Amino acid sequence: MAKFILNGELKSADVESDTPLLWVIRDELEMTGTKFGCGIGTCGACTVHVGGRATRSCITPVSSVEGAEITTIEGLAEKDDHPLQISWKKIQVPQCGYCQSGQIMQAAALLKDIPNPSDKDIDAVMGGNLCRCMTYIRIRDAIHEAANKIKEHNDEQNI
Amino acid sequence: MSRISKGKSGGITRRGFLIAMTSVGMSFGFPRHLLAAMNPASPDGKVLPSEGDVYEPSLWYSIDTAGKIKVNIIRSEMGQHVGTAIARILADELEASWDDIEIIHVDSDPRWGFMVTGGSWSVSQSWPVYRKAGAAGRIALIESAAKKWGIPAAQCQAIDGKIVSSKGEISYGKLVELGLTRQFTEDELKTLPLKPNQDLKLVGKQVTSLDIANKTNGKSIYGIDAKVEGMVYANPILPPTRYGSKVVSIDDTAAQQVKGYQKTIILDDPSESVTGWLMVIASSFIAAQKASKLVEVTWDAGATTKVSEADIINHGKTLIDDQSKGSILDTGNVDTESAFAKASSNISEQYITDTVLHAQMEPLNALVFKNPDGIWEVHSGCQWQSLTLPVLAKALAEDEANIVLRSYMLGGGFGRRLNGDYTVPAALASKAMGGVPVKMILTRAQDIQFDSARSASVQQLKMAFDENKSVIGMEHHAAAGWPTQALAPGFMPKGVNDEPYDPFSIAGADHWYQVGAQKVRAISNDLAMATFRPGWLRSVGPGWTGWAVESFMDEAAHHAGKDPLQFRLDMLIAEGRNAGSTPVAEGGAARQAAVLKKAGEMIGWGSEQPENSGIGIASTFGQEREMPTWVACGVQVKVDKANGLVDVEKLVIAIDAGIIVDPNGAEAQCQGAALWGLSMALYEGTELLNGQYKDDNFDTYTPLRLAQAPEVKIEFMVNQYPPSGLGEPAVTPVAPAIANAIYNAVGVRLRKLPMKPKDLRAALSQA
Repeated sequence: MAKFILNGELKSADVESDTPLLWVIRDELEMTGTKFGCGIGTCGACTVHVGGRATRSCITPVSSVEGAEITTIEGLAEKDDHPLQISWKKIQVPQCGYCQSGQIMQAAALLKDIPNPSDKDIDAVMGGNLCRCMTYIRIRDAIHEAANKIKEHNDEQNI
Repeated sequence: MSRISKGKSGGITRRGFLIAMTSVGMSFGFPRHLLAAMNPASPDGKVLPSEGDVYEPSLWYSIDTAGKIKVNIIRSEMGQHVGTAIARILADELEASWDDIEIIHVDSDPRWGFMVTGGSWSVSQSWPVYRKAGAAGRIALIESAAKKWGIPAAQCQAIDGKIVSSKGEISYGKLVELGLTRQFTEDELKTLPLKPNQDLKLVGKQVTSLDIANKTNGKSIYGIDAKVEGMVYANPILPPTRYGSKVVSIDDTAAQQVKGYQKTIILDDPSESVTGWLMVIASSFIAAQKASKLVEVTWDAGATTKVSEADIINHGKTLIDDQSKGSILDTGNVDTESAFAKASSNISEQYITDTVLHAQMEPLNALVFKNPDGIWEVHSGCQWQSLTLPVLAKALAEDEANIVLRSYMLGGGFGRRLNGDYTVPAALASKAMGGVPVKMILTRAQDIQFDSARSASVQQLKMAFDENKSVIGMEHHAAAGWPTQALAPGFMPKGVNDEPYDPFSIAGADHWYQVGAQKVRAISNDLAMATFRPGWLRSVGPGWTGWAVESFMDEAAHHAGKDPLQFRLDMLIAEGRNAGSTPVAEGGAARQAAVLKKAGEMIGWGSEQPENSGIGIASTFGQEREMPTWVACGVQVKVDKANGLVDVEKLVIAIDAGIIVDPNGAEAQCQGAALWGLSMALYEGTELLNGQYKDDNFDTYTPLRLAQAPEVKIEFMVNQYPPSGLGEPAVTPVAPAIANAIYNAVGVRLRKLPMKPKDLRAALSQA
């Protein structure tokens, strides 16, 4: 029996210990916002946060996240209003949208580590997330937009 | 197929795909078909119920008593925000309030007519249909209000979801509640007064596409997310060849150790979509996938186990050398022999492109079952429902009327989901199990192995010049595997020599340059056809014919000692067959010249470049002569001679697609398409090896990543021509622009796609 905290709630699933976390989330816990793309950790569509770190859930055995706190796109922000979700909508980033859960989760981890990323930072951290519609130009813009909004918000708090 | 009107050549034409507007009338109550439809803006895609009675001025939408308007969209949503664009067209003509609009992606009910999403056709073809539909509703609502007020209709005006007159105002919802009976005959529909284009209020204005929000919070439902009570999971085992393999024996002893494994089914497929396949059934996808690796299968393999990429390309060269092969297109004067005989000089070059994979992000999948009404429900993203239904009917030995394809978001189409072969194995497995729901998901490796790749191609281009180095003749011979021959042979027109050809494997070669005598010959590569199932891939033929034409135009300009931009402009003359004969094509070659000039300005054509840097330009007409989207690309590249790497520093696109319905979506399509073109130019391309694609995942198949995306600028030409399409055209001029820029940077010409560093290094060492 696998046990972990998913989006703040304790969950358990009766699965083999080598089952990839992705399929436990999708098929056992029926949260389908996290996507299957390559199965070998090269496309980033399955990106979730494990203990706050961006993690490829398709190559993460559920046994390795026993008791961990896991966040998926559904749990990123209560009202779908994470600064990245807001900027993603404003700039209309998604095309087919299939990779975008992973893109947003990867970008959210990026902003935690580097609140004001340069283009080079974005290139380095987002390089593992493939977008076949090639929405890269808007992904870059939306990350900058969200970073600026977070900074403005923090500046206001500090006044 | 009987729904499609054929062009005079007997094949498919752009207009052939048009959906005829059916009779209009009224219906009340909750339309049953909406139960099987998808609203991309609502959670889980559920269609919201209508309030009270509904009025359906035409097949394409309904208005309820709350004034909410459900717009029926027969095109699939795969990233192009097509529902938003089409609904804008309708709402504008209807004078509806945008806030009242709901998009409905419908199922494959025959009432919708011919359903396909491809060819960059959606907006262009929907434009006249949805405008007339909107006008019909507007007129009916005005007449109804006028009658209620007892005043002439001419004294009433439709504005923002209301009818307004000196008597006051009344909402559309209220008018529906009071009852509407206006019906239109087909003839009336044809003559409905439309708004002048310049009065359009929603078309051309910025809007947030209705499918966007749910694509940022995980709520959009794709085919892979489909589920029903009691479903089992399936993962296939694919045979060693695409065709002709036969299962001899299986041993699933090891698979039986997998918890959740149920059984392995050998498929018997009358449609021959998945010959030699087996389906491993289990209680979860992971169990099915695990077990499928453990089932030992012996096949009697098909004939193509040894075929390589080089075999296919060499066969293409042989076919081109045989003048008796192929179909010659009607390009006016096809007598190039006499032009070449009297030429004072000529050039001839060969261009080759490698096999390209779709590799759409969502691996192929389908959920199929027989519902309690005896209907086969197929839950899966699909681009060509009308082509897929007959295949399923054949596979299931069932009447088409008893099969329905339900709509889902597509995690990428790019042409892969035009070919619905991937729904067949799930359907056959379900049938073998008595109709229980079977949910099949392919792993990435299986998805690629089963891809309908863009075939490798060989093209030979020749040009004849007179003593002034003016062009007097041109030939373009192209050999490739033909998707339309494999999947929809009824859509192949005939050439002037009465031989059929695949229009999607030659369009682009029949360009708008005035070159004197012109021969375009399309040849089906039968070895490619036997080895894999060629597919339509975003930008289809023009994705590689344009590469050859526009690389060759630069080579020809250099031969003639002329500036490559001016050389092209001199031949883009809007006369004769290059004047443009359809409303969308009005203006002809002059519009291509205009985008070319524009792109030249944007990229700084003629400006001094540092050593090993260069600027290149190229221009195409998008997808097909009847629906041209005029597009030109300029790039600035920097070549690292030591390692052969090409850095595309700047990429600009000038594009004329007539009226732009959804500016934001249009820009997004062009940005994505331009980068797709860049990706295919430098980073993609696989090869056949032992009858299979060599690559099987994103570790070795390497589409463009974020860090490789340059600055991209898109500019649209502003005019009032009817809209053409935007999903593909910006792909087409990018690769030749890069090849031309590389030549201008370091003086070597690359004639093979993708342009790999090792090829550039080899060319440099020979220079």
